[in-house]
Amino acid sequence: MRDRLIFLGQLGFTLLVAAFLVVPVILSLSAGVTVNYFRGIQSGITLQWVRQVWELYAGEIFLSFVIAIATLVVTLVVGVPAAYALHVRGGKLSRVIEEIITLPLAIPGLAIALALLLTYGGFGSFRRSWLFILAGHVIFTMPFMVRSVMAVFASIDIKTLDEGAASLGASPWRRFRNVIVPNAMPGILAGSLMVVTLSLGEFNLTWMLHTPLTKTLPVGLADAYASMRLEVASAYTLIFFVMIVPLLVAMQMFADEGQKR
Amino acid sequence: MSAIAGHGAAVHIERCGKTFPDGTQALAPASLDIVSGETLVLLGPSGCGKTTMLRIIAGLEQPDAGGRVLFDTNDMTPVPIEQRNVGMVFQSYALFPNMSVSDNIGYGLKIRGIDAKARAARIKEMVALTNIGGLEDRRIDQLSGGQRQRVALARAVAIRPRVLLLDEPLTALDASLRDRLRGELNRLLRSLGITTIYVTHDQAEAMELGDRIVVMRKGAIAQIGTPREIYFTPQSRFVAEFVGAANIVEGPVIGRRLMLTGGSLALQEAADIAAAVAMIRPETIRIVGQGDASLTGIIDSVSFIGDRLRLVVTGAAEKPLVVDAPNTIVAGIGDHVGLSVAPEAIRLLPRED
Repeated sequence: MRDRLIFLGQLGFTLLVAAFLVVPVILSLSAGVTVNYFRGIQSGITLQWVRQVWELYAGEIFLSFVIAIATLVVTLVVGVPAAYALHVRGGKLSRVIEEIITLPLAIPGLAIALALLLTYGGFGSFRRSWLFILAGHVIFTMPFMVRSVMAVFASIDIKTLDEGAASLGASPWRRFRNVIVPNAMPGILAGSLMVVTLSLGEFNLTWMLHTPLTKTLPVGLADAYASMRLEVASAYTLIFFVMIVPLLVAMQMFADEGQKR
Repeated sequence: MSAIAGHGAAVHIERCGKTFPDGTQALAPASLDIVSGETLVLLGPSGCGKTTMLRIIAGLEQPDAGGRVLFDTNDMTPVPIEQRNVGMVFQSYALFPNMSVSDNIGYGLKIRGIDAKARAARIKEMVALTNIGGLEDRRIDQLSGGQRQRVALARAVAIRPRVLLLDEPLTALDASLRDRLRGELNRLLRSLGITTIYVTHDQAEAMELGDRIVVMRKGAIAQIGTPREIYFTPQSRFVAEFVGAANIVEGPVIGRRLMLTGGSLALQEAADIAAAVAMIRPETIRIVGQGDASLTGIIDSVSFIGDRLRLVVTGAAEKPLVVDAPNTIVAGIGDHVGLSVAPEAIRLLPRED
């Protein structure tokens, strides 16, 4: 009887916390399909706001995905070999470089953006293209990739595996493909998950770096909240959700698969 | 098995030293010739430079300037490990967790561009050789320590290496398994006839497996010889004490006799020495009647080990003597005993002060 009470208490508390987190999301999402939010749901359900957002912001949504994927590609191509090199070389220099790569975690996005603007703002065509935002995203997300790959390297003695493959005649590139990348896969997947999610949702840095022609999803969302009716902004949230949740779930499944192997 | 047997390079190491960037010298310049088909054991305590020597032969470390590594007459010094055709077994085995047992064994063959059919045949041969039938499709994390060790050996031997390098391959296993695998490994190495360099800190392993043993200490070679030479005629106190159990006694030599606290012992050597150091193996000391003995002492402790009795005798020499006696002897603590040692079993060592 007492155990049951404790269990019910815990269940109730958990549900309360969950509700605290989920109810605003539901409210926001339902606002996106309500004809008039101030009159409530009885005013009718409509997809006109969603359609309107799509017409207005399809470009931003598209650009967001382009940047997220480009960020992922750059962090993979640069981050995985970098993590390997840092792990194998070891020593003081590697520690220092690792700290420098990790620095953007501690620095506010606005400060990074400001630094980028000060340094590269003069290069007009770079400043105006989406590559400028890509640069910011890569700086911001790189530590997540490098760190999660290095964590895996630390747990499997990758250096000896590499030496083993070398003794069997494999060239450095072949060892990287056959031994290092497959065994680092759980870390690579976890890192990719972080990078894509962070890039899609990144606001601080992007807001500073964007031009009217290079807006991403979250910047567009801020725009919509600031200048449109609440229903449009909510419909925007709905689209954002529909886009990002399946992605998150898919990558989480990949990551679980990687853990199981 | 004949297909794999009898191809091994002679290895010549010429003045190979290793100094690390921080200035520590892991290996003083050393030269070593390893005969084709021989099993050479590098033996020594941790930090003696044996692993560094192995890694230089493998190509995982570069020797300091002036050092050269030759396989037969080919200078391998500038050649990276992946082109040296060496088989290597690591202490941690370094098996690839992302591949099955067969794929691990076949990896080196795949790299060499050997087609799937020939590869399968060689894998089968290796599986039979190392006694791991039935495990071919297992993942590495489903194997026991002993099984991993066999797979690592199969993988290293499969590529028909010119030189087989083993870095403490049995150290990660528990004692009983280690003994059993040591015997298996010995038979396998004999039948393969590959030039083998085997690193260990375990003198029993070195004795059983080595055609010759290189005892190393503090980055330098202390002695090279067959297991018998190393055991019976150590050239230094370090080798005497590191290989097997040894009593080190000190005293003057007068008239072909070594003078000790509890008497004296006859020697083969003739010259008088003011302060001599000598080694006596515990199993060469015999318990005799006190009347016949030239050396006497008092039993301080008795341990029954099973196949023998280990006695510690005080009063015979400055330090207590360890004596291995037959397990049938009746001995009690405090008994006075007579001791005798054959002259050829006493080995005079150079003084090291």
